[in-house]
Amino acid sequence: MSIGHALLGLLEGGPRHGYDLKRAYDERFGHDRPLHYGQVYSTLSRLLKNGFVSEAGVEAGDGPERKRYAITDAGVTDVERWLGTPEKPEPYLQNTLYAKVVLALLSGRSATEVLDTQRSAHLGTMRDLTRRKTDGDLADQLICDFALFHLEADLRWLELTAARLDKLAEEVAR
Amino acid sequence: MTLLTAEGLYKSFGKTNALDGAGISIREGEVVAIMGPSGSGKSTLLHCLAGILPPDSGTVTYRDRELTTMNDGARSELRRTEFGFVFQFGQLVPELTCLENVALPLRLSGMKRRDAERASKEWMARLEVDTVADQRPGETSGGQGQRVAVARALVTSPKVVFADEPTGALDSLNGERVMHLLTTAARETGAAVVLVTHEPRVAAYSDREVVVRDGRSRDVEFVR
Repeated sequence: MSIGHALLGLLEGGPRHGYDLKRAYDERFGHDRPLHYGQVYSTLSRLLKNGFVSEAGVEAGDGPERKRYAITDAGVTDVERWLGTPEKPEPYLQNTLYAKVVLALLSGRSATEVLDTQRSAHLGTMRDLTRRKTDGDLADQLICDFALFHLEADLRWLELTAARLDKLAEEVAR
Repeated sequence: MTLLTAEGLYKSFGKTNALDGAGISIREGEVVAIMGPSGSGKSTLLHCLAGILPPDSGTVTYRDRELTTMNDGARSELRRTEFGFVFQFGQLVPELTCLENVALPLRLSGMKRRDAERASKEWMARLEVDTVADQRPGETSGGQGQRVAVARALVTSPKVVFADEPTGALDSLNGERVMHLLTTAARETGAAVVLVTHEPRVAAYSDREVVVRDGRSRDVEFVR
């Protein structure tokens, strides 16, 4: 999962400081693996260096001063490219796809498009495996079937998520 | 070259809009999977494409002929000569032997019994069901019955085979065998296949997919 892209996606809602970003990330995507502060700040400094975020003032508080970060136009383009590129279909997708769907909904982009692009990539890989299976021996068939069944499970998830997008959009907007 | 095109199809059943502006284009010899959740309109789209069901509005064109303006007689003639069909259940005549079932479309077109049965036997061998030629459908396994149905769909050398959930009632292994034999035979004879399925592993035998959601269809181009 690309933490940089997820943070950029969260910044599209408006400028935030590092602690706030970590909290938003953990709440939406980090149930099992919350981010370390170090990860947040090193990612932000990389995004700053690449021109995907800019500093947007300092928030005064009781503790140390907190820098706020805003997404730049180059950052928005980068998020768009990420959302539009399917993940390489692998038996275990982890939660990247879920994050893409949520971030698409949060930013008013088409989550259906994200899901359709992914299902197409999955089916493309399944076609390749099916051809290999058809031309191959029993060992090929068994190896390909293993991958095919796992990819099929992903596709079922994609289909189910597509059917629940309206509900998810409501929950994400809360 | 484009063989079959549907544009702006609308079809309602009572208050339910099964098709809401769906369109699709099928090229010669390609295998296209129509996918989508239950109730999305994918079977209705197939039935309209095959001239089984008239749409409320929109056009279906096969080569230069518009199905939507043909009379019933001309449409059934087209279905008998140019199209083949495989459904999920109940398509074989239970009183006839499997061989007679495969030969039926040829006999209906006026072919002599001996010629029809000779051609049918070749197709049954190709679909690996020649061993059940003299049995009735009820005496065969589900997988064999479905392969007999595929042989019957292909025996007239159709230009398009419409298959609606052809593996829906089969286990994985038999389903794969039906799909392998169906798509191999179709590719060898140059027939296009329009396949409705909700199973991704079945759709993976196709060349491309069209997704139907809420009665609207969209081609999903895969970008590598």
